[in-house]
Amino acid sequence: MNLHQSARTPASGAASDAEGGLILRDVEISLDGRSLLALDRRVLPGETLTVMGPSGSGKSTLFAFVAGFLDPAFTARGKVLLGGRDVSGLTPQERRIGLLFQDALLFPHMSVGENLLFALPAALKGRRARGEAAERMLAEVGLAGMFLRDPATLSGGQAARVALARTLLAEPQALLLDEPFSRLDQELRETTRDLVFARIAERKIPAILVTHDPADAAAAGGDVVVIGAAGRGDEHARQPGAERAETPLRARALR
Amino acid sequence: MSADVSSRSSRAAVAFAVPLFLALPVGVGLIGVVLPAFGYLPALGGDAFSLKPFRHLFAQPGLAASALLSHASGLVTTAISTLGVALFLAAFHGTAVERIARRALAPLLAVPHAAAAFGLAFLIAPSGLIFRLLAAPFDLDRPPDLLIIGDPFGLAMMAGLIAKEMPFLLLVAFAALPQADPRRRMQLAASLGYGRMAGFLHTVWPGVYRQIRLPVLAVAAYASGVVDVALILGPSLPAPLAVRLVSWMNDPDLSLRFMASAGALLQLAITGLVLLLWFVGERLVGRIRRSVGAGGWRLSGDGALRAASCIPVALSGGAIFFGLFWLLLWSVAGFWAFPAILPPSVSLQTWGRALESAGGPLATTFLVAILSASAALVLVVVLLEARRRQFRASAARAVRLSSVMAGLIYLPLIVPQIAFIFGLQVTILALGLTPSLLLLSAVHLVFVAPYVALALADPWFAVDPRYDQVAASLGHGSLKTLFRIRLPILTHAVLTALAIGFATSVGQYLPTVLIGAGRLPTITTEAVALASGGNRRVIGAYALLQTLLPFLAFTLSGTLPRLLSGRRLAMKRR
Repeated sequence: MNLHQSARTPASGAASDAEGGLILRDVEISLDGRSLLALDRRVLPGETLTVMGPSGSGKSTLFAFVAGFLDPAFTARGKVLLGGRDVSGLTPQERRIGLLFQDALLFPHMSVGENLLFALPAALKGRRARGEAAERMLAEVGLAGMFLRDPATLSGGQAARVALARTLLAEPQALLLDEPFSRLDQELRETTRDLVFARIAERKIPAILVTHDPADAAAAGGDVVVIGAAGRGDEHARQPGAERAETPLRARALR
Repeated sequence: MSADVSSRSSRAAVAFAVPLFLALPVGVGLIGVVLPAFGYLPALGGDAFSLKPFRHLFAQPGLAASALLSHASGLVTTAISTLGVALFLAAFHGTAVERIARRALAPLLAVPHAAAAFGLAFLIAPSGLIFRLLAAPFDLDRPPDLLIIGDPFGLAMMAGLIAKEMPFLLLVAFAALPQADPRRRMQLAASLGYGRMAGFLHTVWPGVYRQIRLPVLAVAAYASGVVDVALILGPSLPAPLAVRLVSWMNDPDLSLRFMASAGALLQLAITGLVLLLWFVGERLVGRIRRSVGAGGWRLSGDGALRAASCIPVALSGGAIFFGLFWLLLWSVAGFWAFPAILPPSVSLQTWGRALESAGGPLATTFLVAILSASAALVLVVVLLEARRRQFRASAARAVRLSSVMAGLIYLPLIVPQIAFIFGLQVTILALGLTPSLLLLSAVHLVFVAPYVALALADPWFAVDPRYDQVAASLGHGSLKTLFRIRLPILTHAVLTALAIGFATSVGQYLPTVLIGAGRLPTITTEAVALASGGNRRVIGAYALLQTLLPFLAFTLSGTLPRLLSGRRLAMKRR
């Protein structure tokens, strides 16, 4: 795998204005001729777009489309642009979009450290350098010294952090979060949430969060798009910051 | 996206190519039987189509009795085995008895048909364990003059088949049970006032049976065309049809092959009729169950029936265990006269001689088994992965092999072996191929692959598809994901499937005899060949050696994953 150095460098604020961030351009996904959802959005580096809606509203379809797992049964129009790159035609492994699911999904046959090394780009060479990179990342998510642990012995909160660390180590250019906090209890949910959004902001990664939970949306701090039954009106959105008014918004859902 | 669509259609092509490839030998073999059956086999001077082979066949003495034996064996074996499994599960699902049975019966998967049949023979023969135990109370000083082994009705043969097939079906049913949601359904039935057995049979069993139906049909096909067990326990005048077919096929008089081919078609018809009657029986039983259910008969006091329901499974499991133990005793026995229950003297002389002569066959058996099982594993993994990727991830847990694919894969188990192996043999002769390890492994593959697929399909599709998505989002390609994520997660299931394939190959008698043409003896063909000689000590040693290879395979498949991933807790629970 090649390391896209550009992935890390444009993270200096305004530099990304022209083409930076994650752009969903005129995206429309339909099934058997019925339009499920349409979206035209730009997510700036370090910001999180929250997509809300009840189950069956097409959240997971949008998720699959951006990540590159959309079933051919669906027809998708529009483009996904990432840091100026059109990734719509790329395979999931070429897109460099990190995923966080409800479950940590740590590979059960590997130790915590092996899970992280599996994510680390191959361009970083040398056993020792790779091990140190993984250890640094563990420390960053507050799990220093857990390298040799068996994932099965971790608490839910620890597993969620390892999953975050694993995703970040692959140096993603965007993140997709599929209700990553819903399995955690109230207190853990808040600290984990803070950790995730802090990393996103710090690393200037554009992110899309799919959730049921309004508290998640509030913590994410970015725009909120509601799709599906709850937002039955053609357009339905809440825009906390007026400065983002220039990002065009068209979210509608037909079910 | 168009690249994605085309790769999906190529996956669909692969997902169909593998089953087609596995079913192809059945088609080729059947053609190779149909032509000579109607007199056409230029290599042996048959240039014109005629009905002479059939006239010749129907003129054989005792043909009707042979056909009837085969037919009865198929139906009786399958019915009793299935009934025993249903009663046992109904009486004991979720109890300690079931847990004991799970542990105790699992090793029986390793016992080949021939070894199980020999074990039973040693128990029930007039000079066997049972009559030795009866000797004192009934004052017997010599074995009673009874025709037990090889009785004309084939009862001993059917008993031998049942003893092997009932534990097999029970183990398959254990694997299928969780998907029938037994706990909640039984609780619901109990809350409605149903007794344990009635509740299980009404609410859980139909779901279990639907899943084990293919193995049940395979048992029916196997029992109606069985050769090895019939040679050991079955009647000889007349013998079941399949046994007579083999002797005609191996007759030095090559012209008998025309009649043998006609007989193979008759065998196909007999097995077809067994399956047809089984389908009718299924409907009948289903109708009875529905009408009993509609009657609301709770059968809440089923204590006595429950206790009795362990008898069939206990008998068949016990027969194999005691049989194996008896084989062991005979293999080390010195002089051992009738009423003595244990051999008065013990020696390793038999083993010394047996190991000397069994070395070659053991090596052949091992090589063919490891080759065919590994090839089957590769094919099945290609098939399952292609099939899985035909679907989107959200559907992955619902992915199954389509019924056409499953039907093609299991076809070699549903069509009686003898009906198409004849044709394969003829085809191989016509192509000028000589028997070789590779050729034999290729033919074994046809019978090994279905069991490997049966063992691996459910675990394969049960792995959370998001693991693959995570690996892809980390930038890893699909091959790397397969080898680094999916296969390691499935270590245990993969090794179990490999062991099942290995054991299946070791137990193959008919394909080995016919395709090996006597030049590639395996431990199984050697053991069955001893049946007519009656030297119990040597039989004991060979039958145990035959069990040893699969047993080692299962032991390794059970312990290797623990060694490979012993540190990971979640892997132990898999």
